[in-house]
Amino acid sequence: MSIHLDTGLPRVTDRSFDVKRIREDFPILATLVNGRPLVYLDNAATSQKPRPVIDTLQRYYETENANVHRGVHFLSERATQEYEEVRKLTARFLNASSVREIVFVRGATEAINLVASTFGRVNVQRGDEILVSAMEHHSNIVPWQLLCGEKGAALRVIPMNDAGELLLDEYEKLLTAKTRLVALAHVSNALGTINPVEAMIALAHRQGIPVLLDGAQAVPHLRVDVRALDCDFYALSSHKVFGPTGIGVLYGKEALLGAMPPYQGGGDMIKSVSFERTTFNDPPYKFEAGTPNISGTIGMGAALRYLSGLPWDAVMEHESSLLRYATEALGTLKGVRIVGTAKEKTGVLSFVLDGVHPHDIGTILDQYGVAIRTGHHCAQPVMQRFGIPATARASFAFYNTREEVDVFIGALQRVKEVFG
Amino acid sequence: MSDLRSLYQEIILDHNKNPRNFRTIPDADRTIDGYNPLCGDHYTIFLKLNGDRIVDVAFHGSGCAISKASASVMSTVLKGKSTEEALAWFEKFHQLVRGEFHGAQDIEHLGKLAAFGGVSEFPARVKCAILAWHAVRGALVSKERSVTTE
Repeated sequence: MSIHLDTGLPRVTDRSFDVKRIREDFPILATLVNGRPLVYLDNAATSQKPRPVIDTLQRYYETENANVHRGVHFLSERATQEYEEVRKLTARFLNASSVREIVFVRGATEAINLVASTFGRVNVQRGDEILVSAMEHHSNIVPWQLLCGEKGAALRVIPMNDAGELLLDEYEKLLTAKTRLVALAHVSNALGTINPVEAMIALAHRQGIPVLLDGAQAVPHLRVDVRALDCDFYALSSHKVFGPTGIGVLYGKEALLGAMPPYQGGGDMIKSVSFERTTFNDPPYKFEAGTPNISGTIGMGAALRYLSGLPWDAVMEHESSLLRYATEALGTLKGVRIVGTAKEKTGVLSFVLDGVHPHDIGTILDQYGVAIRTGHHCAQPVMQRFGIPATARASFAFYNTREEVDVFIGALQRVKEVFG
Repeated sequence: MSDLRSLYQEIILDHNKNPRNFRTIPDADRTIDGYNPLCGDHYTIFLKLNGDRIVDVAFHGSGCAISKASASVMSTVLKGKSTEEALAWFEKFHQLVRGEFHGAQDIEHLGKLAAFGGVSEFPARVKCAILAWHAVRGALVSKERSVTTE
């Protein structure tokens, strides 16, 4: 793979996508579970890591480990350079205007909490409203609930239809002079719905309302351009995009970040400290108190580089063809109901099976080496909306194959046999 | 697969499909919610007491086959037992599903409960099997209104 001189990102020369070759990049995919090849269909929970990410983490600890932004010695300068290189890479990956718009956080959850406790703290007052959607992950509900509770503000919810698509007419009505922020999943983790965020952002902006997108489930499947979307904040987790856990990104428009108070206090987020007063650092450092997750950040950089090296048109075609294939196969099983049938979807198949609780499906599938998620997927309001306690969820990544879908369907047939 | 059969034994599948005492007791002396926040299993257990004796047990709610069958079998075992006996059964069942129950004779003595012995091979499912039992224990020992497995 060669590196593009202008962008520092890998230059994609081969436009075709060979899934068998790609799978070799992910060592864990060779695991045997109960004597059978692992079929990993829990990618919406977390993704597997390619060799370059694993190697980068090891290389970092073997040859570069030092604290960043502090030392004048060789290793510290090297670690700092690598760490800050990832900020540049991330800015290019998301097409942000500047590295000053890229804040490193623990993950999408912390990114949202950061916005709630800084932007929210100064901009939301009694009687104001925060608008979320009916398909949010708990991480994009609870921080706003906490904020609203503290401020005497109200949380409003954009409803959805039975397919799992947001009702845009209702959304428009909910945008009022009281609305301080729209916080919205780019892609739903429980349903796979890709929300029409571009149009929704435009509608909010018409009334001067900023929009935060929870991109945790979008970045693994779509190419995200924050400037084209014109979102005000964008949150993502590295571990969902083939990078390490414990690291993620908050993108924020420079003007917004600049006006926000600090998040946590500590080292690195200051310019000068005395017992009388502290002068805060500029964004993004103002929001990064303490020694950061250096290895995680550098590992995430390796993941973003890896992703940038993939032929994305072919990747997306592979994923949507896999989803069509799996949806059709699942539809042929009697007693199966797919939950989340939006027209625009990523590779998420949530479903229920008559007379069998999802938890039992999960246990039996595991006996066949098939890893899926069962439960409420940290989206209990979604379950309530569809009147079910839980679903089974198969979620795909670009390294999954049709053969794996066949194993998955075969194991589901076995579930039906066991439960008669 | 032998492992699957050891988990989903006939008794468990039967009690899942046709749970016994799956109803409410409006004038119950103890009503307690058992909730597994991880997977969403949720049952309400009703106990009718006469002094120290459990004269009726019923349950209602939803959850996986293991949790539902366990609540169902439990309801048949506990009816007519004293508080002390019920707590002793809790201990035995707890040991069984954690794989700490030994002795062939004792296993036989467990009767239908022995069907849950296979659960110990599936650590993620132990909480499902023990949920209703924890609820009853909470109701009898500390008169709690709800218990969770977390």
